[in-house]
Amino acid sequence: MPAPELVIEAGRGEAHYWRDLWRYRELLGFLAWRDIKVRYKQTALGAAWALIQPAVTLVVFTFIFGRLAKMPSGGVPYPLLVMAGLLPWQLFANALSNASGSLVGNTHLISKIYFPRLVVPLSALAVAVIDFAIVAVLYFALCAWWNDWPDWRVLALPLFTLLALLAALGGGLWLTALTVRYRDFRYVVPFLLQLGVFLSPVGFSTATIPNWRLLFSFNPMVAVIDGFRWCLLRGQAPLSFPSLAIGCAATAIMLVTGLMYFRKTERSFADVI
Amino acid sequence: MADLVITAEGLGKRYQLAHESRPDTFRDSFLQSLRGFARGFSGLGNKVTEDFWALKDVSFSIERGEVTGIIGRNGAGKSTLLKLLARITEPTTGRITLRGRVASLLEVGTGFHQELSGRENIFLNGAILGMSRREIRRKFDEIVAFAEVERFLDTPVKHYSSGMYVRLAFSVAAHLEPEILIVDEVLAVGDGEFQKKCLGRMDAISRTGRTVLFVSHNLEALRSICSRGLLLESGVMAASGPIQDVIARYHLEHSELSARFPASDKPSITGVEIDGARLQAGDLVVKLTYQSPWPLRSPVGGFVLSTADGRPIFGSSMRTHPPTDPLADSRAGTCTWEVPQLALHSGNYSLSAWLGDKAEDFDQRVDAVSFAFVSPRHYPGRPPVHTIGPVDLPCRWTAQS
Repeated sequence: MPAPELVIEAGRGEAHYWRDLWRYRELLGFLAWRDIKVRYKQTALGAAWALIQPAVTLVVFTFIFGRLAKMPSGGVPYPLLVMAGLLPWQLFANALSNASGSLVGNTHLISKIYFPRLVVPLSALAVAVIDFAIVAVLYFALCAWWNDWPDWRVLALPLFTLLALLAALGGGLWLTALTVRYRDFRYVVPFLLQLGVFLSPVGFSTATIPNWRLLFSFNPMVAVIDGFRWCLLRGQAPLSFPSLAIGCAATAIMLVTGLMYFRKTERSFADVI
Repeated sequence: MADLVITAEGLGKRYQLAHESRPDTFRDSFLQSLRGFARGFSGLGNKVTEDFWALKDVSFSIERGEVTGIIGRNGAGKSTLLKLLARITEPTTGRITLRGRVASLLEVGTGFHQELSGRENIFLNGAILGMSRREIRRKFDEIVAFAEVERFLDTPVKHYSSGMYVRLAFSVAAHLEPEILIVDEVLAVGDGEFQKKCLGRMDAISRTGRTVLFVSHNLEALRSICSRGLLLESGVMAASGPIQDVIARYHLEHSELSARFPASDKPSITGVEIDGARLQAGDLVVKLTYQSPWPLRSPVGGFVLSTADGRPIFGSSMRTHPPTDPLADSRAGTCTWEVPQLALHSGNYSLSAWLGDKAEDFDQRVDAVSFAFVSPRHYPGRPPVHTIGPVDLPCRWTAQS
């Protein structure tokens, strides 16, 4: 095979970017594997930490929204309603915060080695997916407790999981590229997520806010959480298609603009970071 | 036609050095652009930045299988050039054409994770350097053997000694097999024994027909490994050609007949000076000045004369050649070394200075001064110094037929 010729020039778009990304898939795998492997090293409780946070949130939300505010649950045990919302929210929140911090967290690689920088935020999603799988086990434990199992609709769950990941990636690309230049965004992310948990229907059902539903839908997590509840609670939380469409469109816009901004700034990462 | 693997044309890299009012936070940047906006974009010019060209108009080309050393002082732009070639950062001007798979080794142990074991780090680091999983698995035993860490393979590297850590890291890197290898100052790792091993390995790699680019301050190592050299000076290419010539040029550029050094709280060499007029006449006369916080009892000065690429030729001290009047006990003084009719070929040389007494070493200055020697003897058709050696002893031929 003749050696491929590569021309490096100022402002020249990388012709083989996507092919390169594919070629570096093993690196992507290794970085994800590293993050997962290292995540709970030297902790006494280990992977149990992935459960503790959602479990405590579950108890608090059930108490506040279910007991104190007495919000309607549509005939499902309130903890299951909360858990079906918490499951995708945890995925989104972990994925977004991991992706946002990923470039700065890998400064030593970026300033010393070439690879398509997109590998870094992509690999950061992996840890969130693993934690998601652990929390899913907790969800099914709750199902067993109330003997309230999902039906065939659960088959659509991977689609909504993907939507949550894409939404997190879209936001994550923006935030991680911005953080390279402006470290302010490190402080923005926890704040965003703190607000987001209340601006998304995690602790309550969207049925309780019919008037605001469309406006709410610009938050992609509304479509994701509604979708999760539809899948897991046997359709007792009906899907709203306008809301789903808005959510998907919002995610697509985030993802495309995020990707564009990332690609545009990527070239100077090593100089600025 | 030459098989060019790397071609660089008019390469430049500009960094913006920012002063005071650089927008460090998003707010500053936001306010600044608002202000600029308010003034019809005129405010954008108010930013206090200064352009700094780390590289300017550098052009060269490298043929397949050539091993090239890049030489220059700190800040001359060597690392920037490597970063451009390694595609870590983008050139501001110019273009590079690469034909072949590039692997860059700008640091030993990039991406090593403290919490992971030696075995895991071999795979991780290998992947980061661009090896495939299969390739790493195939070379795994070789890597481990080279690093001599068999017993600690499953220990987290944070418990490694720094020597073991560096050996493992270098070992992974040393087993890279790309078509083009770019290596920054990584030969200076480990103890002497391991360094020798590294050099051997690098030498072996360069013999396999790979194209290699080295940056190192170890000129002796470059001289033995590389065939060609590039000399960078403040971002500009000052010379390129056979490595000996480039190294000699590097020394010539930094030819200094005299040097001063600060006095310290112990006896120290404060100056070394070559007599330029005598040198032109063919004699080496060099003066060493010293100072001491306390009176020195019969101090001893010494010099070692070396070739420009660092090979010692001849050395002498007041111990080996005692002066007729030894130095009196004193806090300061000078001693002068004379080598009449310097028996050397024309070329670049350097002198290292040493100060001590009967029992102790006080101070030494390696390559304290350097000089270009133009021999008064002229030999038409003389082969170059790196072939016949620098020494020009008086000699005579007789012939019969």
